[in-house]
Amino acid sequence: MSGPLHWIRRSLFSSWPSALATLAILWLAARWLPPFLDWAFAQAVWQASDPRACREAHGACWAFIGQKHRFILFGTYPFEQHWRPAAASVLLILLWFCSSFRRCWHWWLAAVWLAGLALIGALMWGGVLGLPYVENERWGGLILTLLLASFGIAFAFPLSILLALGRRSRLPVLRYACVGTIELVRGVPLISVLFMASVMLPLFLPAGATIDKLLRAQLALVLFAAAYLAEVVRGGLQAVPRPQVEAAEALGLSYRQAMLHVVLPQALRLSIAPLVNTFIGFFKDTSLVLIIGLFDFLSTIKVSLQDPAWSGFGVEAYLIASLVYFLFCYAMSAYSRGLEAAPARAAAAGLRRE
Amino acid sequence: MKARGLALQAALAAALALLAWWLYSNAAANLTARGIASGFAFLRREAGFEIGETGLLAYSAADSYLRALAVGLANTFRVAALGIVLATALGAAIGLARLAPNWLLARLASAYVETLRNIPLLVQLFFWYALITESLPAPADALQPLPGLFLSNRGIFFPLPGSVPQLSGFNFAGGAGLSPEFAALLAGLATYTAAFIAEIVRAGILSVSRGQRDAARSLGLERRAELRHVVLPQALRLMVPPLTSQYLNLAKNSSLAVAIGYPDLVSIANTTMNQTGQAIEGVAVIMAVFLTISLSISAFMNWYNRRAALRGMAP
Repeated sequence: MSGPLHWIRRSLFSSWPSALATLAILWLAARWLPPFLDWAFAQAVWQASDPRACREAHGACWAFIGQKHRFILFGTYPFEQHWRPAAASVLLILLWFCSSFRRCWHWWLAAVWLAGLALIGALMWGGVLGLPYVENERWGGLILTLLLASFGIAFAFPLSILLALGRRSRLPVLRYACVGTIELVRGVPLISVLFMASVMLPLFLPAGATIDKLLRAQLALVLFAAAYLAEVVRGGLQAVPRPQVEAAEALGLSYRQAMLHVVLPQALRLSIAPLVNTFIGFFKDTSLVLIIGLFDFLSTIKVSLQDPAWSGFGVEAYLIASLVYFLFCYAMSAYSRGLEAAPARAAAAGLRRE
Repeated sequence: MKARGLALQAALAAALALLAWWLYSNAAANLTARGIASGFAFLRREAGFEIGETGLLAYSAADSYLRALAVGLANTFRVAALGIVLATALGAAIGLARLAPNWLLARLASAYVETLRNIPLLVQLFFWYALITESLPAPADALQPLPGLFLSNRGIFFPLPGSVPQLSGFNFAGGAGLSPEFAALLAGLATYTAAFIAEIVRAGILSVSRGQRDAARSLGLERRAELRHVVLPQALRLMVPPLTSQYLNLAKNSSLAVAIGYPDLVSIANTTMNQTGQAIEGVAVIMAVFLTISLSISAFMNWYNRRAALRGMAP
């Protein structure tokens, strides 16, 4: 016996408990799915410039997003200049997309990133090529989330390698300093690190010196991400077989040469997938800057809801926010799974060749 | 080589000490300029703000900051403890469902895990809060999915032995209630962490080799006994360390309460910092509490881990 009937019997009704579970799921779906679809699609208001249209309807108010999308995407950036953060966002996403290919992992990628980030900075700040200057207090929306995540990872990653190497150092002072930093940051919630940067750091600077709020939040995020990434890198370092280090030493390589040319390339290759997973967590965590008053993507959505005319559509707004974050994170996690599968595939191909 | 190492360490120690001294002197100068007395003396002063939810501790605005922070800490413990219990139960159920032979159930469970893991917890908390406060009806028309259980935009109410929630005025009296803030935070923390726990449970069970289960069955053990005596003891040993870190994450994530207005330790400390300007002390309190929680949970789990490992090894 084969075919769809067989499949249904085997995978949905193989035993009494299984059959009961299938029936329960179907019953719940029959009960909840039609009202949900009705709310989300059939009765929904897709376009309206007047919130009353939404209040009279019985469905979702997607028109809210249409009305507020400019603010949600670009925050308080000057309206007629919105093409600049839009171009910067596209550029940043393209940079990430291009960096995801293995054949791009060369030294020139760092140069491409530097050039890309410089271009993004020029676009966002302006003041060159006839672009009016826009101070970073006015940056907001999706681009801010993308920038916090990108700059965060760009600085946290090298720092995390130093912390991980320091944690495995033979020098006790260095080791304790690194262990202390990593464990302290990992032991407390991100929000307390952000508070530290937003309310405590200004007290520790000399009188008159100030660092703006965005930069302080970015520093906190870098420190936080570096502590978590450092533990992933340490895992990779531990997985490099000891004879590799001994062989490097036997060849007369210095510590720096051994690390740069023998240990780190292997350790990082081993930890790519967990690094991407940590990065997904970090991308989600950038949403916490809302609490210290920065206008990231989630924050602009929340502020849009404070418009009295359009308040009360939080469910719709946060469903859209969820969808956007999900798309970014799911793309990254699919990529990470692909990376994990790649060595296995390569090994299988190698076996077949033999 | 040795001399170089020593010199390097001495330089590092000196640099750190110098940095600490520089930060300290800046802070001292700034605090004097702003007229803030450093130290924890402010904890005895009157707080002067009300707390929406005080749990079992009595509190009024006339009480001290110390008492306000204690109420916050108790609230953090309350939501974290309940969250851990719910997340473990839900996570175990979903982890097992992912391994179920039923295709529909397994697919649903993995869709759950994929969805919840890929959305920031803060978004989920806002979503739950909006769902409760905007989509649920007012107490007068509260939903009653089970007799005595009421869902309304003022919170969730359920009966206790000898006391049933009754509508009185604009809200419920009697029984026990969860405020919208607490309910949203608890739901968000439990469902989010459950997605991670489900993966741990699944990996733990998959790690027990097929041969072990076959051996148990050939010894004539029933399915339940096989799970209880053969699969779980081995799976648990692998599951304990990652579970520990999930529990820690849940406790730390409970600090997001500040964003939806549940008065946990962090949001009370935040109010205190805003009122008194004692930013250093406020952040220090938060960090000290969470470091203590982190260290005690990991100490407990290490102890349990050793015990589980030894029992697992014993013949």
